[in-house]
Amino acid sequence: MTALNATTSNVRLTAPLSRAKVGMACLIFMESAFFSAFLVTYLYYIGKSPDGPQPLECLELNLVLINSVCLLSSSITVVLAVRSLARGAMGAFRLWLAVTILLGLEFLLGTGYEWWGLIEDKGLTIQSNAFGTNFYSLVGFHAFHVLIGLILLIGVFILSLFGFINPARDHQRVDVATWYWHFVDVVWILVFTLVYIVGRVPQGAPA
Amino acid sequence: MFGVRSVITIVFVAWIFLAGPSVPGGPAEAFASMVQVTAPPPAPPVPSAAPPPYTMKESVAEMDARLVVCDPDAPPVSGAGVTGIFAPESPPSREIRDLSYLVFGICIVIFVVVQGFLVVAIFRGIRDRRLASQSGNDVSAEPVQVYGSIPIEIAWTVIPTIIVFVLTMVTIRTLRDIDITTPPENSMEVVAIGHQWWWEFRYPGPDGEVVTANEMHVPVGRPIWLRLESADVIHSFWVPRLAGKMDLIPGRTNYTWFSADRKGIFLGQCAEYCGTQHAHMLIRVYADEPADFETWLDHQRKPAVIDASVEVGRRVFAEYACLNCHTIDGLSDGMFGPNLTHLASRDTIGSGFIPLDRDNLRAWIDDPNQLKPGCNMPSLKLDPPELDAVTDYLMTLH
Amino acid sequence: MTIGSGHSSLAPLPGPSPRGRFWESVMQWAISVDHKKLAMMYIGAGLIFFLVGGIEAAFMRLQLAQAGNNVVDPATFNQLFTMHGTTMVFLVGMPILLGFGNYLIPLMVGARDMAFPRLNAFGFWLFIFGGLLLYFSYVGADGLYGAGTAPDVGWFAYAPLTSRTFSRGNSTDYWILGIMVSGFGSMTTAINFIATILCMRCPGMKLMRMPMIAWMMLVVAFLVLVAIPILTAAQAMLLFDRTLGAHFFDPETQGSAILWQHLFWFFGHPEVYILILPAFGFVSEIMPTFSRKVIFGYPLMVAATVGIGFISLGVWAHHMFVVGLGPVLDSFFGATTFLISVPTGIKIFNWLGTMWGGRLQFTTPMLFVTGFVAMFVIGGLTGIMLATVPMTWQLSDSYFVVGHFHYVLFGGTVFGIFGALFYWFPKATGRLLNERLGKWTFWLLFIGFTLTFMPMHISGALGMPRRIYTYEVDRGWEIWNLISSIGVPVQMAGVAIFLWNVVRSLRKGEVAGDDPWDAWTLEWSTSSPPPEWNFDRIPTCTSARPLWDRKHPEDPDAHYE
Repeated sequence: MTALNATTSNVRLTAPLSRAKVGMACLIFMESAFFSAFLVTYLYYIGKSPDGPQPLECLELNLVLINSVCLLSSSITVVLAVRSLARGAMGAFRLWLAVTILLGLEFLLGTGYEWWGLIEDKGLTIQSNAFGTNFYSLVGFHAFHVLIGLILLIGVFILSLFGFINPARDHQRVDVATWYWHFVDVVWILVFTLVYIVGRVPQGAPA
Repeated sequence: MFGVRSVITIVFVAWIFLAGPSVPGGPAEAFASMVQVTAPPPAPPVPSAAPPPYTMKESVAEMDARLVVCDPDAPPVSGAGVTGIFAPESPPSREIRDLSYLVFGICIVIFVVVQGFLVVAIFRGIRDRRLASQSGNDVSAEPVQVYGSIPIEIAWTVIPTIIVFVLTMVTIRTLRDIDITTPPENSMEVVAIGHQWWWEFRYPGPDGEVVTANEMHVPVGRPIWLRLESADVIHSFWVPRLAGKMDLIPGRTNYTWFSADRKGIFLGQCAEYCGTQHAHMLIRVYADEPADFETWLDHQRKPAVIDASVEVGRRVFAEYACLNCHTIDGLSDGMFGPNLTHLASRDTIGSGFIPLDRDNLRAWIDDPNQLKPGCNMPSLKLDPPELDAVTDYLMTLH
Repeated sequence: MTIGSGHSSLAPLPGPSPRGRFWESVMQWAISVDHKKLAMMYIGAGLIFFLVGGIEAAFMRLQLAQAGNNVVDPATFNQLFTMHGTTMVFLVGMPILLGFGNYLIPLMVGARDMAFPRLNAFGFWLFIFGGLLLYFSYVGADGLYGAGTAPDVGWFAYAPLTSRTFSRGNSTDYWILGIMVSGFGSMTTAINFIATILCMRCPGMKLMRMPMIAWMMLVVAFLVLVAIPILTAAQAMLLFDRTLGAHFFDPETQGSAILWQHLFWFFGHPEVYILILPAFGFVSEIMPTFSRKVIFGYPLMVAATVGIGFISLGVWAHHMFVVGLGPVLDSFFGATTFLISVPTGIKIFNWLGTMWGGRLQFTTPMLFVTGFVAMFVIGGLTGIMLATVPMTWQLSDSYFVVGHFHYVLFGGTVFGIFGALFYWFPKATGRLLNERLGKWTFWLLFIGFTLTFMPMHISGALGMPRRIYTYEVDRGWEIWNLISSIGVPVQMAGVAIFLWNVVRSLRKGEVAGDDPWDAWTLEWSTSSPPPEWNFDRIPTCTSARPLWDRKHPEDPDAHYE
């Protein structure tokens, strides 16, 4: 029996890994793979649209920069929200969460407005050329994931309005939910760099 | 049991199964109308599932056997090995065969050793079990537990790594011999364009380009630098006795090369699934003596034979839709189907699996789908007199 | 819920009448989030799809038995091989293997259920829906030749054959959507595996004390998370091409047909390792039990598995050696493909080391896993031949490849599955499968399988390409095709006997007890079948073989860690 006792002393003494964190990390890992496919494809197709609207003429940075600033600062506000929740400051939590949601909404609406301009004024659609195909697919899937993240945050917000969020019990859960939002932001940095910086080259120039 | 839930389930299941495209409002149609952005082009004729009523008198294999029976020097054109990888007649396929002997040899050794150990372990294990139960030992006694052995595990990590390293080096050497990116010296360029389900061969040259279909002629002993392109989907050019295969990919140009050692007919077929009649996209490479090849090439350059006795058939060809798809030099300029200028100089039709004689050609023109169900050539529903006339005309196109 | 009564989760609950009890039972299974019930449904559905895929194969072999045959027309044949491949990979292999993972992981790591039981159930129903959606194409899809056309583009659906131009109608859309949906199911399962294995192991179970199956499922889950989303992305791109007029794979507008191949095979190669690694796990559990010896070299086995997982992400273009990638890329991928044979070989040698010196009991599971090792060696060696790039230039897209992958996927994965079915059936149902019928199943499958797939190496070397509905007489292929086709009824007999075995044993099989095989992992410490909560008390793990330690307290495994 002493042999058995000796080995049971190898029992884990620290808290076990959180399922929620592992689950969310796996989801983010998976989504990263998904986005990699579109990012690599976008990279491959840079400079390969001989006709149709071109990136240099279509993509304007002003609006996109505003959208990006909003989205990236929403990552900061959501961290502030989670910290408020950890402190138990429910009012501050709801406030920062609402700001985050509004910033995210601005991003989506701004993207929609940008697309409206591209389709109406520049004639860029998913059908026009390889650039159009890749642009709408990559930016579109990203926006779709922003929407999912937004729905997640709105859900948390509504739950908190009805008093279902308990700081002690739910702090970690809400934190994990915001990881998705941070992931969406990181992807945007990559998408923005690839589409609006690296990809805005004249036709024929290699990336 | 037949409560509301069951009724709903049964109705739902029935809707699913009854709502094929023939029932308006069914799920299939709803989905189809959602996804159709543009009207699809008209579908080709539906192939009949029943056996074709027309049967050929002899197969191409039988025809080939007849063709070369008088020539003892030519490689065989029928029987096992006619498309085998172990009977190379060209440098690249020979290099591959030599490499494969080495690899196969290594694999046989590994097989014998590993399976040998497996068999011995099995027999020893059965014997030990029998001994253990017979000797009346304590039933719960187990054999010696061996948890591992660092030296052995290192050995069977290092040795395979060495074998694999050797294989990699040998492979790269052969690869660089075959996978060349520039044409070999004194090579002749031929262009192969893959279509659904036939081969177009073009011979560029200063005296004009020769265009033919399905049967490629090459001079013996001269490297052929084969440029591979596709007009529609991905195909693959594979004549095993001449070279390994290489894909024909739309939007991309690939190259392969071979050099026939001997005079003869080398057979192959498309090796990348390309649709309904992928199975009948056969390749015939005729390696001729250089003088014979030049004769052939010169002849192919000439415009089509004009024979007054088949003028009726010639007019049928010109007035019906034939000329939209097929080119006959001096008469028509179609791009969709094989070039027919010198059709009668070929041995086969239908891309290599139908011997060319009058009966087969007539049946083909009458309804190609009875011989090659699903092929893209429609039946033009000619009257018998017109059918005979155009067949006679085409048979004069030597 | 009847906690505390020791009530088996398999028997229907008492109800007002036999009819009421039957529907109560159906409801229990339909709304279940219990990993064991879900697993059995995964495996059951997978086996049904196995029969369907087998019938598709049988028709193909009937057509190919003779040159110039007319059993099926070309359009039907092309649908058959597409659906056969798609079914076997996505609707048989993955669900059954992931189903076994679902069943075994919580029991083997000493947990009460998976980390996310409701997500688990969601994943199962996604798989079912995806599979049914794919098969609905036989009824509802428009194709090139009218209604009721299943997808006919091959299981790897190369562009531009899959474009609107060359695949008219919507049969290809069914392929895309059916697989995409069931792929989401696989992804949720993978998340569950990882979370359960990393977070819910019982006290004392360090990672290096987990059963080998848990390691396999962990690596498989990571491969799923990397590979399946890439397939989903590629399929989304294809869907956009087909429905929104996008230009991803359309060569007419500078799209790239090769891009599809890269994306697909980046998924496709890890996919085949997803299909084989769990079977490796089965062998690693079953072989020690029936050799009465511990697995040889546990740490190296784990390292080899992780190595296989990593390397498998870098070999994908060996499916593209004939595409004209150029000597540099061809050499690179040839080298990585050779490299992956090293950890794979290590596993085989370790199994031999396990058997060596053991006292072998050739029960049916042991027959299957021994057959696995023998067949997998052959499949692995033909894989070495195919890794030799110039040889692939001859052998790619020929029946040699068909022979190769059936040796590893049927002789490997399917044999492993049958071994696992015989081994864990007693645990899941409380009754043993009949041994005599089991041996008949094994030998019929083994002989039939060899008859069908060994000659394919020969017809491939004689120049027979894949996916042809008929072939020219007098190429020398007919005799080998005939032998292949003769193997089919032999295999069907084996499968039929297996099904009869299952039906019979469920009703009057020998009662198994907790631990019929005298095995050493934690699932054998609870009842057969286990209660819904798995263990009355969460066990403590003292080594890689906790039950060995209990049965041999004088010489526990912990001393040898």
